[in-house]
Amino acid sequence: MAILEGKKAIIIGDRDGIPGPAIAECVQTAGAEVIFSSTECFV
Amino acid sequence: MNSVIKGAGYVLAHTPQMVIYNGTTQTTERIVNPESEYLKELGSHLRSYEECVNYWPNQVYIGNATPEDLSQVEFPYYDKVKEGAVRYGKYGEIMPEEEFILLVQACDQFEVVKLDKDFVCAHKEALAADPIITEDIIARVEAGTELSEIEAAVKEEHAEGLYVAGKLVGCVKRAHDIDVNLSAHVMHENLMSKASNVLALLYGIQNAGISKDDVEYVIDCAEEACGDMNQRGGGNFAKAAAEIAGLKNATGSDSRGFCAGPSHALIEAAALVKSGAYKCVAVTAGGCTAKLGMNGKDHVKKGLPILEDCLAGFCVILSENDGVNPEINLDILGRHTVGTGSAPQNVIGSLVADPLERAGLKITDIDKYSPEMQNPDITKPAGAGDVPMANYKMIAALAVKKGELDRKELASFSAEHGLTGWAPTQGHIPSGVPYIGFAREDILAGKIKNAMIIGKGSLFLGRMTNLFDGVSFVIQANTKAEAEAAAGVSEEEVKELIAKAMKDFAASLMAE
Amino acid sequence: MDLENQKRVKEFAEEYGPENIVVILGAAEGEAAGLAAETVTAGDPTFAGPLTGVQLGLTTYHVCEPEMKDEFDDAVYDEQVSMMEMVLDVDDIISEMSSIRDEFCKYL
Repeated sequence: MAILEGKKAIIIGDRDGIPGPAIAECVQTAGAEVIFSSTECFV
Repeated sequence: MNSVIKGAGYVLAHTPQMVIYNGTTQTTERIVNPESEYLKELGSHLRSYEECVNYWPNQVYIGNATPEDLSQVEFPYYDKVKEGAVRYGKYGEIMPEEEFILLVQACDQFEVVKLDKDFVCAHKEALAADPIITEDIIARVEAGTELSEIEAAVKEEHAEGLYVAGKLVGCVKRAHDIDVNLSAHVMHENLMSKASNVLALLYGIQNAGISKDDVEYVIDCAEEACGDMNQRGGGNFAKAAAEIAGLKNATGSDSRGFCAGPSHALIEAAALVKSGAYKCVAVTAGGCTAKLGMNGKDHVKKGLPILEDCLAGFCVILSENDGVNPEINLDILGRHTVGTGSAPQNVIGSLVADPLERAGLKITDIDKYSPEMQNPDITKPAGAGDVPMANYKMIAALAVKKGELDRKELASFSAEHGLTGWAPTQGHIPSGVPYIGFAREDILAGKIKNAMIIGKGSLFLGRMTNLFDGVSFVIQANTKAEAEAAAGVSEEEVKELIAKAMKDFAASLMAE
Repeated sequence: MDLENQKRVKEFAEEYGPENIVVILGAAEGEAAGLAAETVTAGDPTFAGPLTGVQLGLTTYHVCEPEMKDEFDDAVYDEQVSMMEMVLDVDDIISEMSSIRDEFCKYL
């Protein structure tokens, strides 16, 4: 069963890993609705 | 003609008490979890001034060791001692907290900083003994007040305390009773930024070998904002710092861009000089109290000292082309645009591959890359990884993708074209600029021919846009002689030709 | 995890039901990914944020994990994320994330 299809996606990206908007682009292609996307910064 | 890098200054102020009282990780913890183990343990993890001076990355920052030296030191760095470490370095110094507090008071022009008179008495001589601190600045240090007055201000008027070894020695009072933009908290933050900025400016000018009167424009590129409730970010740190530093002929303004600020500011400064608008521009920034101890929880949890215990400042002096110093080449500028997106490959592509391609260069044509030079000793235990290394891996991966580097050379790329990070996590401070001092020297010595400085900024933290940001530029060996040879006539010759033409013209007029 | 983000995660779990939510992370290291995953499943391990002591048990993955890549459009993943696989220690991230999921996820 798909993990993302039809689900609400919360995205916690990382400035020095993968930023939120880049993850959101991917997640949307899997049929999830992005309800929140943020990017954290440790530096 | 491109502008040149005349010199650079890099300074640290060791401020462990401000870690406790002003770093946002700690101030937040005191609100949400006042009885936490972290707050209880914090004090025993603070470094002494000597430990801070002996710390390898700090010695690299002020120029007493090179990034190459640091790369030979076994990781982690916090448990190693740099032999022969001292307060003063080629680029600047590590100022102790006591003296820095006095400098802060000297930078205050609205009587918001109040110091205990005994404290002033005990440390004024030490500050005066600092060769970079001028008599003008020392003359600004006030005699101080009774401690009881300071205690009352902290207790009753929301003043921010200034501490040394846990003891109250002064305070920063609010500058307005109602306006939050002039609250004690904001005044404290801004005065610390201003004071560290002044110190960096003084070293930048000294190291560039110029007179204070030569500086015509100052750009401050820190991350603070000053103003009142009607213009919260009105500015102008640049001119305020220039005044204390004694730059009588300078005006200036603030430029902001999160951590990418310094790179933006340097490009702007280089353009101002190249255009002829100003002959000599100082790009400068002070440090950020909010970020002190930012990753402290992770450091304490892992038994490390609090490594984010210094305010940092830097200053780079750009001037008209002198035919000697390395230049900022404005023909090779990388920029993350609105349309670039936030995919890491697009970000690094826009900053590194695209500008080089436009100039007909390959990624391997740049000898050294200075992206974000955060000290991995600080970031690794906090789960943010080795930031410079991650940048080098991305640049190398991009070079492989473009067929400019063999996959087998991926690992060696970082060693050849990279640097080990040494900069404190003070936001804008690590962003490319810590290498400019070394790059200037390495290019002058012929060790490298060029370097790319890359600044990146997390604009989304301001909640105005989700965009990322970044700009980059290339520093190269001086090309004035070549440019003149290519042009056929030198500037001097042009001047002579014009003078001759004028004379001839005048002569012809007289004849008539 | 940032306190504001914790607050939002908590609110969304209440609004949509924890079983309907998937949290996707982009952390740079395995340990940081693990801590974020722990926060949205077993509660904030640093005892600082609104999720302290709140066991949401949300389903959570790192964007570089194979389960996620299987569901993404290949071309989009390739354009947005793939290069970071050369930069990150993906194996370490997978191992941290799976151990948190095995222990704390309630809706797998």
